[in-house]
Amino acid sequence: MKILVTAKRVEDPESKIKVKPDGSGIVQEGLKYKINPFDEIGVEEGLRLVAKHQGEVVVVSIGGKEVQEQLRHALAMGAHRAVWVNHTGPLDQFGIAALLQKVTEKEKPDLVILGKQSIDDDQNQVGQYLAEFLGWGQATFASKVESMESEQEKNKVPAVTLTADGKAVRVIREVDNGLATLECQLPAVVTTDLRLNTPRYASLPGIMKAKSKPIEELTPEKLGVDVAPKIQIVKLSSPPARKAGIKVPDVATLVDKLRNEAKVV
Amino acid sequence: MEFQLTEDQRALQQAARKYAREVVRPKAAHYDETATFPRDLLATAFELGLLNMAAPTEYGGVGLSHLDQTIVAEELSWGCAGVATSIIANDLANLPIILHGSEDQKKRLLSHFAERLKFSSFCLTEPEAGSDVANMQTTARREGDEYVINGAKCFITNGGHAEQYTVFATVDKTKKHKGITCFVVEGRPKGLSVSKHENKMGQRASDTVSLTFEDVRVPVANRIGEEGQGFAIAMATLDNSRPLTAMFSVGIARAALEHSMEYASQRKTFGKPIIEHQAIQFMIADMAMNTHAARMLTYESAWLLDQGQRNTLQSSYAKSFAADMAMKVATDAVQVYGGYGYIKEYPVEKLMRDAKLIQVYEGTSQVQRLVIAKELFR
Repeated sequence: MKILVTAKRVEDPESKIKVKPDGSGIVQEGLKYKINPFDEIGVEEGLRLVAKHQGEVVVVSIGGKEVQEQLRHALAMGAHRAVWVNHTGPLDQFGIAALLQKVTEKEKPDLVILGKQSIDDDQNQVGQYLAEFLGWGQATFASKVESMESEQEKNKVPAVTLTADGKAVRVIREVDNGLATLECQLPAVVTTDLRLNTPRYASLPGIMKAKSKPIEELTPEKLGVDVAPKIQIVKLSSPPARKAGIKVPDVATLVDKLRNEAKVV
Repeated sequence: MEFQLTEDQRALQQAARKYAREVVRPKAAHYDETATFPRDLLATAFELGLLNMAAPTEYGGVGLSHLDQTIVAEELSWGCAGVATSIIANDLANLPIILHGSEDQKKRLLSHFAERLKFSSFCLTEPEAGSDVANMQTTARREGDEYVINGAKCFITNGGHAEQYTVFATVDKTKKHKGITCFVVEGRPKGLSVSKHENKMGQRASDTVSLTFEDVRVPVANRIGEEGQGFAIAMATLDNSRPLTAMFSVGIARAALEHSMEYASQRKTFGKPIIEHQAIQFMIADMAMNTHAARMLTYESAWLLDQGQRNTLQSSYAKSFAADMAMKVATDAVQVYGGYGYIKEYPVEKLMRDAKLIQVYEGTSQVQRLVIAKELFR
């Protein structure tokens, strides 16, 4: 089977993120970047499926030439080849999904796996749009277990499996009240939740081999997609700084403040 | 000149950092306390290719350049210098084969390290011959197609767990360093005995033992190079490995610096975080400056090797500067922590103990200065 996975370049959550004084964006100088952790989980799931069913994992990213770093990371984990959509400038979820739609139509995978959201803008939309644009079934928030003690965890049932006839994918999804299992005819779109798997480490030999794996370059023009954003970011601002707490001399004052100032009791 | 890491080097650095942060760090205190062999950490290191970085890919290694290896070494040592020493021990033991082995020897004696987790040990030091290698007492006597090795080796890293030993012995004591010859002992042959693990001050996760050779037989096919070439092979090996030990110092110092910065930002005296006291700022500035200086010296010494140039002078600069620097930086980290720094629940006293060993092993800081002076007057 052929699986297309995404690898968005996002700010490393361990970096200090600062909003520019004019609110037009974040300060990029000195920031570190990594692959979106949900996408990394998607790469891992793709590799596991292909290890079981044969085939190929193709990784795709959109951005300037710096996103090759994230593509190489996925290749070092074991993905077979990469597609780089070279584009700089703003993109919204419509543009991203439209580009991915064209890449998907070109690659004709059996399955597209995306992170459920990217940790930079936390939109949680692209997977759903992509499935809609393609007219494919979708299973979002693929997850593994309800709790670590569940029977499923003990039996290590993978959350994303192919049905016996190989024509559908069975996905365990995390929903508000627990888990939902659904089957989706292939080709389909799956988005990953946090507890789906633990991504493997990129090994040193993997990193060295990734150097010789091919990265195909495409552009929105070549794919025939107009990526002019429909959504404009007006302003970014930091959350207000937390005020320091206060100390109260006794319980009576505490109760008084809770009742008359905070009005919670 | 290029002062920026390449994309591949950043990828290697990230991979090693992830291993150090997520696999090594959580268990570093445990292995330091118990001085037991960190087999689980080394098994993961093997899977990631960290255990055989130096061997060329055709012999199952990763085939990293010297500069790449130092980049990885900093991260490993940042995780735990003892674990890093155990990881690098395979490459150190295999370097004589990589540098001077025949095609047949490389195939036979290197390739199998890619198949499963396996350790090899570099056996040079003796109770009476450390820096004074020419005073080697271990002998190798030729008998037909074999050599018979007799003698004792000490401070052998991973020796208690190794399945292959690179051993230096003299075929003729009267020839001094011109009698020294290099052999590879496979498995645990009859006559090779291993002492208990030494109870060390620092780098306690790395296994250190003494070995005794009593009529240990080695086929002539396992002699690396010619008779009498062993001294040159040992020196070439150390020229290759010195940048790595230098970088271990940088890893320790960076860990000490980071801990100090974090602690100094939290700990308050006289109503403000101690980082706002100039005395602490100056110490931390010195720590950062010297750590980076050692890193740059070390990069240069590794880069020279990658250019095929002799690096004896620069690698001795790097090793002695970095080792002394790490000792000072780790000691200052304990100072920044004050009383807590002296307590084992906090991470910095371990760094001070770990750093001390780098001033001692693979050529003491004093011997490095002898080498430097000798090189300057060459």
